Amino acid sequence: MLRQYMTRSALVLGLFALTGGGLVAYIYQLTEPHIKEAERAYTLRSLHAVINPALHNNDIFHDMITVRDPRLLGTDQPVPVFRARRNGKPVAVAIMSVAPDGYVGPIKLLVGIHANGTLAGVRVLSHKETPGLGDGIEERRNDWILGFNGRSLSNPQHKGWRVQRDGGIFDQFTGATITPRAVVKAVHNTLTYYQRHKERLFTQKSIAPPVDSDDKSSKEP
Amino acid sequence: MADNSKQIINEGLWRNNTALVQLLGLCPLLAVSSTVVNALGLGIATTLVLAGSNVTVSLVRNLVRPELRIPTFVLIIASFVTAVELLMKAFVYDLYLILGIFIPLIVTNCVIIARAESFASKNNVGRSLLDGLAMGVGFTLVLVALGALREIIGHGTLFAQAELMFGEGAQWLTITFIDGYHGFLLAILPPGAFIGLGLLIALKNVIDRRADKRAVAARQKAAASRPPAEPATQP
Repeated sequence: MLRQYMTRSALVLGLFALTGGGLVAYIYQLTEPHIKEAERAYTLRSLHAVINPALHNNDIFHDMITVRDPRLLGTDQPVPVFRARRNGKPVAVAIMSVAPDGYVGPIKLLVGIHANGTLAGVRVLSHKETPGLGDGIEERRNDWILGFNGRSLSNPQHKGWRVQRDGGIFDQFTGATITPRAVVKAVHNTLTYYQRHKERLFTQKSIAPPVDSDDKSSKEP
Repeated sequence: MADNSKQIINEGLWRNNTALVQLLGLCPLLAVSSTVVNALGLGIATTLVLAGSNVTVSLVRNLVRPELRIPTFVLIIASFVTAVELLMKAFVYDLYLILGIFIPLIVTNCVIIARAESFASKNNVGRSLLDGLAMGVGFTLVLVALGALREIIGHGTLFAQAELMFGEGAQWLTITFIDGYHGFLLAILPPGAFIGLGLLIALKNVIDRRADKRAVAARQKAAASRPPAEPATQP
């Protein structure tokens, strides 16, 4: 009696688990291409914000490697580096580095650097800074972040790579010094990293093959 | 029946509103209501899950033994939430990035299991669907009201970033009240959410009390106008 009851319960529960799992699997199948496309479009939009799309003609999204340098790139995770080329010649890289010492946790950056070492553009990908104060680092709130365009390790010299309060040339915002200080330092570190490794950054083999969608369909029966 | 559905709608939207009366699901409510667009996004997602889970629970209510109810309901709700999350990721990716962890958290929103347990498991499919929609819309309305309050005071705008939800063509929806407004930080931070919700609850109570008073006054008036009529019928 008890046994029969338990078997029945297990069956009912198993049936629900199967149906629920089936539903989720089906919707996953259905939405997967859309999700991939949305993620690609999002990354591409950020990449084009820091590297002028007119300057390169390769598939920048798939010409990607990852590198690791906890000291200069601000995270012990692998950091994606996207490479822009024109007719095979290096044009610029976009490095997803991190400012580890924001006011509220790490600030994720996308730093675009031209092959000659000048900054093509910097954007904040995500942060948790105080709304209304620290979030002035976002491009849509304040054009502070555009002040990096064209800068390089020699413009200004090492001492100038600080916020004004610390004797540098970069503005801080009213009421927020820690956030811009963290970003300035991280951008400077990223430039230093580029300076030291630029040969390798362009020559290392891409880990994302450009024909990735074709690959997958051929594997499926 | 018509009266009955009217009652279900009234319960969900006003009398037994999840956010203002039952005070359920406050975590997402307080966290996401910093702008109208975020609030609307989470509200719609919650309503979809609520309606879907209510219908499913109602469909299987005679199949599932009481002991198995809770695990089954959790399975159903989790499946729906995952489905909604995948759909949002596919079609409103930017909004998904903002709402982020609050979408999977809908699973733990007590509103949903509460409605499954206390309503859908005892009622037919039509009434359960209506209850899910009414409760969901009631939750969404409070979210949006709180979002509007916080956005206007905190940012000086309304419908900012509407394009995240309705596409690029919707940017005109954004209203800026004061140019160069620096914002009122308290409204955007979590304490502002608590204060705002408190004000909304107070407002609802004031309105309810007024309505009660009016009802009592009307009854007294009716009672007062009757006695003089009575002796007239006496002789």
